[in-house]
Amino acid sequence: MKELRLMKGNEAIAEAAIRCGCDAYFGYPITPQSEILEYLMVEKPHERTGMVVLQAESEVASINMVYAGAGCGRKVMTSSSSPGVSLMQEGLSYCAGAELPCLLVNVVRGGPGLGTIQPSQADYFQSTKGGGHGDYRLIVLAPSSVQEMCDFVGLGFDLAFKYRNPALILTDGAIGQMMEKVMLPASVNRWTEEEIKQQTPWATTGKPADRPANVITSLELDSAKQEKVNQKLQAKYAEMEKNEVRFERIQCDDAEYLFVAFGTSARICQKSIDLARAKGIKVGLLRPITLFPFPKDEIEKLAGQVKGMLSVEMNAGQMVEDIRLNAKGKCPVEHYGRFGGIMPSPDEVLKVLEQKFIGG
Amino acid sequence: MTEEIIIAGFGGQGVLSMGKILAYSGVMQDMEVSWMPSYGPEMRGGTANVTVILSSERISSPIINQYDTAIILNQQSMDKFESMVKPGGTLLYDPNGITRHPERKDINIYKVEASMEASNMGLTKIFNMIVLGSFIKIKPIVQIENVIKGLKKSLPERYHHMIPDNEDAIRKGMEVSVPVQLLS
Repeated sequence: MKELRLMKGNEAIAEAAIRCGCDAYFGYPITPQSEILEYLMVEKPHERTGMVVLQAESEVASINMVYAGAGCGRKVMTSSSSPGVSLMQEGLSYCAGAELPCLLVNVVRGGPGLGTIQPSQADYFQSTKGGGHGDYRLIVLAPSSVQEMCDFVGLGFDLAFKYRNPALILTDGAIGQMMEKVMLPASVNRWTEEEIKQQTPWATTGKPADRPANVITSLELDSAKQEKVNQKLQAKYAEMEKNEVRFERIQCDDAEYLFVAFGTSARICQKSIDLARAKGIKVGLLRPITLFPFPKDEIEKLAGQVKGMLSVEMNAGQMVEDIRLNAKGKCPVEHYGRFGGIMPSPDEVLKVLEQKFIGG
Repeated sequence: MTEEIIIAGFGGQGVLSMGKILAYSGVMQDMEVSWMPSYGPEMRGGTANVTVILSSERISSPIINQYDTAIILNQQSMDKFESMVKPGGTLLYDPNGITRHPERKDINIYKVEASMEASNMGLTKIFNMIVLGSFIKIKPIVQIENVIKGLKKSLPERYHHMIPDNEDAIRKGMEVSVPVQLLS
């Protein structure tokens, strides 16, 4: 049954996982995302749906448990925050290489290194450009509200299974810790053994007499064959770019200037738009929801319309590179960032827009 | 209607739970709400604050640096947040432990002797509910019935026997705040 609740973003992810028929969560605590594991431990989803929740001995173990579960055709997930996600990169690359559908949540904190526990968006490059070794991509979803934290769990699993590829929810400590109203979806049952065999004919579900054994691996020592594996992966990523681009346009129709921002930064920019429009400055916001695939065409289209774009990020300038590539010189593209766990304020962002483009 | 509120004090004073009850009260009235805590090592002893926004419209940014109301419960928070109250806004504080009282001339200022009242009632833990009572009297955005409903929603059931004490504290708080400076 659908249900309205006031929840933290982290709790919404955990509850959504139970309700969308997730088979298993493996994780290791780290601030600012520990509520995901805590909530699951308190909820005892094993009693509700049969979902397994396990605190692994490390992040490395967590991602390898995900590899194993996904290889058996199960809906499995893990979550962590930046330093923990760095530890998972090897396993994630293996998941991508073996084409395993799974869900990872990164509630980003400020880095580099152990950094801080406050929110940040400094893992954009790691999330969208690979992160681990080899030519691979994750499907990257960037929620900007607690409702989207909830919704993107089901969406992430759907896309992961559609493309046999790991999906990542890239969020940050602010949305993880914040409480908002959330409409929880009705529960769906976990797949039965029969459904798993139907949905994932490639998985290691026990070899029947009428098909060869399924092997889950990312190893192929014959380079000619490994090139074919790569070509297949690239074709899959091209399909994602064609079909799965998601974004939100906010007051773009008459905009003379444009903010481009995702997640928490996009929320801050929405307030900056209200402040700007009260002063007669026509600003809009393009909010990429998928960071891979990136809304390339929409950026190019809007670059032909506005006098300037400001990429607002809680990092030193990462997404701005993708914006510049796709604006193709049609308008100036500037960046404004705060780092190390500091979030910009709405009036600060507006002041930067005025300084960079209007001469305030 | 949008009310942007910061509640700030020591960790352990019930700052975050007061914000949570306020947010739940808003939900009970079908309002849009956001609750954005400072999180981290301030759980006990250090400073803790929470931004609560109650609105009849979709909330844009949960992160703000200008507030309609600041509820201030220690000196560090007074030093940090007095200047962030919007002109014409409201500052509510407990003078207990405050050495430098608010000096702004362009805001409404109220004080509530919440820690004193709480110890008079023999219930120091319900200090935060006295403050909350004062707030909803000064800014009647949420009805007390909805605050009680919010309290029930946000407290785990094992604490539900304490709801009558909390309700008394809220009603007490509604009586004991004192205006220090009112804009005409």
